[in-house]
Amino acid sequence: MTTEIAVRTDEPEPSGTGLTNAKLAMWAFLASECLLFGAFISTFLLYRRRSEGLTPRDVYNIPFTSATSFILLMSSLTMVLALAAIQRGDHRRLRVWLIATCLFGLTFVAGQVFEFTEFYREGLKLSTNLFGSSFFVLTGIHGAHVTVGIIWLLSLWGLSSQGRLTKLDSEKVEIAGLYWHFVDVVWIVIFTVVYLIPQ
Amino acid sequence: MTSVSDAVVLPSAEPSLLRRPRATTGFWSWFTTVDHKKIGILYGATALLFLCLGGLEALLIRTQLAQPDGTVLTAAQYNTLFTMHGTTMIFLMGMPLAVAFGNYLVPLQIGARDVAFPRINMLGYWIFLFGGIFIYSSFFLGGAPNGGWFGYTPLTSSPISAGVLPGRGADFWAVGIVMLGIGSVTSALNFIVTILNCRAPGMTLMRMPIFTWMMLVTAFLTLFAMPPVTAALTMVFFDRNFGTTFFDAVKGADPLLYQHLFWLFGHPEVYILILPGMGIVSEVLPVYSRKPIFGYQVVVFSGIAIGFLGWGVWAHHMFATGLGPAALTAFGLSTMLIAIPTGVKIFNWLGTVWGGSVRFSAAMLFCLGFIAQFTIGGLSGVLHAVVPSDTQQTDTYFVIAHFHYVLFGGLLFAMVGGIFYWFPKMTGRLMDEKLGKWTFWAMVLGFNLTFFPMHIVGLEGMPRRTYRYGSGLGWDVPNLIETVGAYVLAFAVLLFVVNLIVSFRRGQPSGDDPWDARTLEWTTPNPVPEYNFAEVPVVTSRDEAWHRKYAEDADGNLVRLPKGGADAGTAVATEPVSGKGGPPAEQGDGGGGGHGIHMPSPSYYPMILAAGILAFAYAAIYHSLLLCTVGAIVVLFAVYAWMLEPGTEPA
Repeated sequence: MTTEIAVRTDEPEPSGTGLTNAKLAMWAFLASECLLFGAFISTFLLYRRRSEGLTPRDVYNIPFTSATSFILLMSSLTMVLALAAIQRGDHRRLRVWLIATCLFGLTFVAGQVFEFTEFYREGLKLSTNLFGSSFFVLTGIHGAHVTVGIIWLLSLWGLSSQGRLTKLDSEKVEIAGLYWHFVDVVWIVIFTVVYLIPQ
Repeated sequence: MTSVSDAVVLPSAEPSLLRRPRATTGFWSWFTTVDHKKIGILYGATALLFLCLGGLEALLIRTQLAQPDGTVLTAAQYNTLFTMHGTTMIFLMGMPLAVAFGNYLVPLQIGARDVAFPRINMLGYWIFLFGGIFIYSSFFLGGAPNGGWFGYTPLTSSPISAGVLPGRGADFWAVGIVMLGIGSVTSALNFIVTILNCRAPGMTLMRMPIFTWMMLVTAFLTLFAMPPVTAALTMVFFDRNFGTTFFDAVKGADPLLYQHLFWLFGHPEVYILILPGMGIVSEVLPVYSRKPIFGYQVVVFSGIAIGFLGWGVWAHHMFATGLGPAALTAFGLSTMLIAIPTGVKIFNWLGTVWGGSVRFSAAMLFCLGFIAQFTIGGLSGVLHAVVPSDTQQTDTYFVIAHFHYVLFGGLLFAMVGGIFYWFPKMTGRLMDEKLGKWTFWAMVLGFNLTFFPMHIVGLEGMPRRTYRYGSGLGWDVPNLIETVGAYVLAFAVLLFVVNLIVSFRRGQPSGDDPWDARTLEWTTPNPVPEYNFAEVPVVTSRDEAWHRKYAEDADGNLVRLPKGGADAGTAVATEPVSGKGGPPAEQGDGGGGGHGIHMPSPSYYPMILAAGILAFAYAAIYHSLLLCTVGAIVVLFAVYAWMLEPGTEPA
């Protein structure tokens, strides 16, 4: 490892904020994303009482969604473990935890697909009412974010398997982690606001 | 992005899916460049092209309205033209022109060799260009957007099958604006990180030139303004295409939700457009008045204040929608409040010019024109803050007069002034001053002829967005004057374009510091070399370039320092002073094109990635799974290739 550090030429340059460029950009991007989700969540809240026909109570399966939500939240733990592993230089564990994170994420997305299918069978479609429109678009966009995160983590896993991800690249994992945690935190808000708060 | 193990094992054999483009000069280099100056020029040239397109649309509108009961355009064509005029001027001219200045100048003003993310910078340009082409392609693909640049629901959100808005125009508009928004956010991220992270040693925040400050505020506004409109347009698109009912009042929806989301973007957007213009004026006025800007801190903080207050005024676009007295009062007050920092800036500019040795160059004239006309537009804006007055003016030509005074008389005058001022920086040549002054007077005449009478007919109740008016309402003469004014304005723009082309080819050589300027970008040679600064400058004061040229003696008189910048006294230096413009001495290894400084390498992938996004956009319009797959493959290919390609090729 010490020889690697010796040949490393692109050391982080002094920056005005103390954060590297990539990390600062990711933080700013996530701030922007807050407003995107904020707009969709506000829409859902505004339309909660205005919707006619099928209500959340008719279709929700809270225990099931709680379970998939728990799995998604656990993926943040494995993400932290993955970052800790690469910072130690433990590439085998890095890959294990990355794959675990992906699997947890995939389980969540699969749960969402199952949930959407169930709702559809029970008669809730995009066009059914305001609840259907705002629910599917909000959670669908969140699901798309999780999917992008899974592809990202799988790409990191692939890089690591080829030996292209060294201890000094840990920031790449950290930035992917920032995104992943953000998507999880947003889900905490969505799960609370959309599923748990009674009508 | 190359990892260390590769650097050790395979020194320069990083596998790349396409052969790396090598050209840094010539026609093809413009497609792959990552040089912020070239990207700035690309943004500027494209924005000027869209200015001409949007201007032609305006001319057609004015021709139709020259006489009562005009027959030049049908109602449907008129709807398309005013929609595309607004969309073009805001998204394809105003914002990109500001980004053009920002791209070219921000790294130079903060003493950086490039932006933080050169390839993402280029990605932003390609998304903007493809987004513009996408929206304009709708003319040939079944009808251009025709629901206004604001696209109010439920007009725009009625399902396609309902046929309320014929054609696919509203879809092209919604998807196109989302696409342009993605481009704007990437460029905003780049500006934020560049300005916060890449400043030269000594360039503290409170030493930054005001233009850079305003670009920073603008970038934050863009970052937070784009998501709400993206959400709103997503809902519009789903309503039109997939049967959702976000804005269908029959199903209990609230069409006003759209207006809130849109103007939550739309009003900060106004400041996204005007703040860079204010920045340009704050750079130009001090130079031609030979005085530092009056109250630097106040100018900066009032810019920041506008950036914050800009989020609390959106509903003044909705005073006529029945928001209720509490909301009306709150938004009326906040709108009056935002006039304060704006007014403060105007006094700062007047204080800058006051008592200076003023040179009335073309750039200075345009910036003084900005102050006068922007003030008129600002004052009519304060009238809109008064709710009863606004309900009278809503949807009349008075509003059109107001925002053209702010955006044309303000923004565009500042931008044209900025082009006169920085043209030597970009080309090493001066623009023709005499022609420039003719352009200015023609533009002032044309502009005021066109837009001043709109105040009057507007107060008399002439409605906006209406393709005809009857005779005998007393509007015939003012409208004819407006149309004549519009043609004078077109002539002025033509003069300006001729000036640009002629000066680019045969303009007088400018030397390095033609204006005896003040800010850091003028310490570089003209035109600027690829690496910007031979040595990274160490900044010791605000107005760094000025303090390198002048000092004060014991009596407080200005004394020219013997070394640096242009030759003493004369405005035009013909040769760069050796040691300043010559090849830098640091790292004499001869690598990287002979100048020893390693610049980021050109790349195909920003263009390819943007093309993938374009495929997605068309896929959304035609519900085409095939195009969607193509888009996904292209995007994935570009992203992976981008990741594996080092930002800077090893020498």
